[in-house]
Amino acid sequence: MLPERKVIPIRPEPMAATVAGEGARGVDGEMISLYASHEKIYPRSVSGLFSRWRWAMVVLTQLVFYGLPWLAWGQRQAVLFDLGARRFYIFRLVLYPQDFIYLTGLLVISALSLFLFTAVAGRLWCGYACPQTVYTEIFLWIEKQVEGDRSARMRRDERAWSLDWLWRKSAKHGLWLAAALWTGFTFVGYFTPVRELGRELMQASLSAWELFWTLFYGFATYGNAGFMREQVCKHMCPYARFQSAMFDRDTLIVTYDQGRGEPRGGRSRKAGLAALNLGACVDCSLCVQVCPTGIDIRRGLQYECIGCGACADVCDTVMDKMGYARGLVKYSTENAMSLRWTRAQTMGHVLRPRIVIYTMVLGAIGFAMLVSLSLRTPFKVDVVHDRGVTARIVGAGQIENVYRMQLMNATESVQQYKLSVNGLPGLVISSETLVSVAATQSRWVAVRLQLPPEAGVPGSHTIRFEIDSLDAAGHLSERSVFLVPQP
Amino acid sequence: MSDFTSNFWSVFVTVVTLVSMVACLLLLWFTGKARAMPATDNTTGHVWDGDLREMNNPLPRWWAWLFVLTVIFGLVYLALYPGLGNYAGTLGWTSTGQQQAELDKGNAEVAPLYAKFTAMAPEAVAADPQAMAIGERLFMNNCAQCHGSDARGSKGIPNLTDTDWLHGGAPATIKETLTQGRLGNMPPMAAALGGADDVKNVAQYVLSLSGSPHDSLRAALGKPKFAVCAACHGADGKGNPTLGAPNLTDDIWLHGYGEAAILAMINNGKVNQMPAQADKLTEAQIHVLASYVWGFSNKGLAATK
Repeated sequence: MLPERKVIPIRPEPMAATVAGEGARGVDGEMISLYASHEKIYPRSVSGLFSRWRWAMVVLTQLVFYGLPWLAWGQRQAVLFDLGARRFYIFRLVLYPQDFIYLTGLLVISALSLFLFTAVAGRLWCGYACPQTVYTEIFLWIEKQVEGDRSARMRRDERAWSLDWLWRKSAKHGLWLAAALWTGFTFVGYFTPVRELGRELMQASLSAWELFWTLFYGFATYGNAGFMREQVCKHMCPYARFQSAMFDRDTLIVTYDQGRGEPRGGRSRKAGLAALNLGACVDCSLCVQVCPTGIDIRRGLQYECIGCGACADVCDTVMDKMGYARGLVKYSTENAMSLRWTRAQTMGHVLRPRIVIYTMVLGAIGFAMLVSLSLRTPFKVDVVHDRGVTARIVGAGQIENVYRMQLMNATESVQQYKLSVNGLPGLVISSETLVSVAATQSRWVAVRLQLPPEAGVPGSHTIRFEIDSLDAAGHLSERSVFLVPQP
Repeated sequence: MSDFTSNFWSVFVTVVTLVSMVACLLLLWFTGKARAMPATDNTTGHVWDGDLREMNNPLPRWWAWLFVLTVIFGLVYLALYPGLGNYAGTLGWTSTGQQQAELDKGNAEVAPLYAKFTAMAPEAVAADPQAMAIGERLFMNNCAQCHGSDARGSKGIPNLTDTDWLHGGAPATIKETLTQGRLGNMPPMAAALGGADDVKNVAQYVLSLSGSPHDSLRAALGKPKFAVCAACHGADGKGNPTLGAPNLTDDIWLHGYGEAAILAMINNGKVNQMPAQADKLTEAQIHVLASYVWGFSNKGLAATK
């Protein structure tokens, strides 16, 4: 049996010149520039199932983004990343930079989720949840309210300046800037208490860095959502490219049903489909007009497609008007298209090995992270053997070692810690064994260990510090060494 | 740029840098065009794996301008900052200059704080939590290397937390120790004492001074010989802070406890040095540090005075 041929799921436009020999094609070509001036895209507004999903995601993500900094938790902001003090507050958690592993876990979960969603249904992230899409959607909505829909906007941009042009453009940019600055302000509110920030804003006493980041993030929002739009996805975003590599022939993608649609052509609404010798596509070009990246989905899957489903939404409305069945443009898979599978058959192929593996790994890491967070000890300890004093003889010949111990209190109340040590017979702590550390603070203390005279063999001995939290239950054990000098 | 013994490398670096930048622009220019068939199927004619064709997907033109912008940025940077061989740049920026500026800025920021502490008596400074936090950091960075992070020293390095002071423990004396350093000198005394047996007898006598276990017969024989030692350590063996001679009657043994350690000191002597800190720390820092060290052995006093 021959191995199945590898199919690269990016199909160029149906080619007219494929008859020419490969060698001749190179000679025939003309010299062109690899750069072209950008053509502005005027996406037409659309409503429908996928559009509603996108708006649901817009509302959900932005409710979280704009709302979270305003939530209070006890006396403080519920979510605050205090970079200056290096403490990260997330509801009841107080995280130290040493908790970086949780960020790693979060990033691994994000990456695996991206793999999973992409393998199941293509660029879901791009189409529904990516900030680039979400803010573009918001900015497009503002644009539509002020300037009107696609055709009105195109007409206005073609005409010369007028009072109407001036006030609508000013109003649009004013609203965009307001939304962008509010976004920048909210972003900074995650790193500096947002209520204080608001007060400072009112009194115009923002610090230089607060102002810089508000303006920077605001400017990035304004530029990316107002002007750059699809260019970010097409030319700048690395995720866009690697998501395309996660597709296989059973991945749900926004697809034009070529078999049903072709040959396309305009027709009267009253004409019967069977009599026309035409496919279902009425060639209204609405799918091109609504596309935020300016492509024609009827050419097949293209790398520009962010999988937003706008073309599917608008095509369904056209099919409804024509009295044809919906789904000329729909979420389907390559296999379903070429093998003419039913919907049930297509869905039956969602569960395939890579999906199962992604789900299991994702589940395992998510579970591990939850368990780790729930079993987390609310303090941390770091022990460093003193660099200056290796070992010394004190009093009546006792051997003493000195350690620097860092106790990190990850709770929001003063904590008492009790220290003990084991690993060598007769080894005792000769300094304070009760240490108190202020809320969310870390403290270095010098700890002295004493061994009775002649109790230890010269050399290095492994010992363990045991640290018990008296107020918040918790225990940590930290390894170190005790050095006994040569006599 | 004194690293270069001749001007050759400066010229070399300048030429290579500028030629590279021009080459970048030329590369951008020459690679900005390709042969394609926009009229037919809009591919470049390149085919891989039998059916994989390279399509012509032009980048937006502003992208090319970004490259040009980086070159312009590079030229402006090279004009303002050092980079082109020996050329220092019009801003006159140097890394040492920046470091000095940051140091000056930092010092200026803490100056009022130090001024406040300098005006206070050491006893009051030792009771000030903010000053003590600064003192701790100064100690950790400058003293803990020898005295240990608990300030209790080690063999040959004094414990700063007890009340036994070689040179005196008044705040002013500690300040003097920090500023000028100290040189402790115990000369080899074996020849002055007589034979090896005499040395041993004196060692036993020294042990007896602190009530440590000793051979009382040898100690009695050693007592008259101790007169040689009394010049510094005093007739009663209680030492002399002006000379830095340690008290031999307590059970603090800086250079080791026991007959062997004492014999070694008498036979070989020892020069022990506390380095001066005057050129490392400012006067105000030494004031805070001295108060911090004084506070170790005067915990109760610091608060009340």
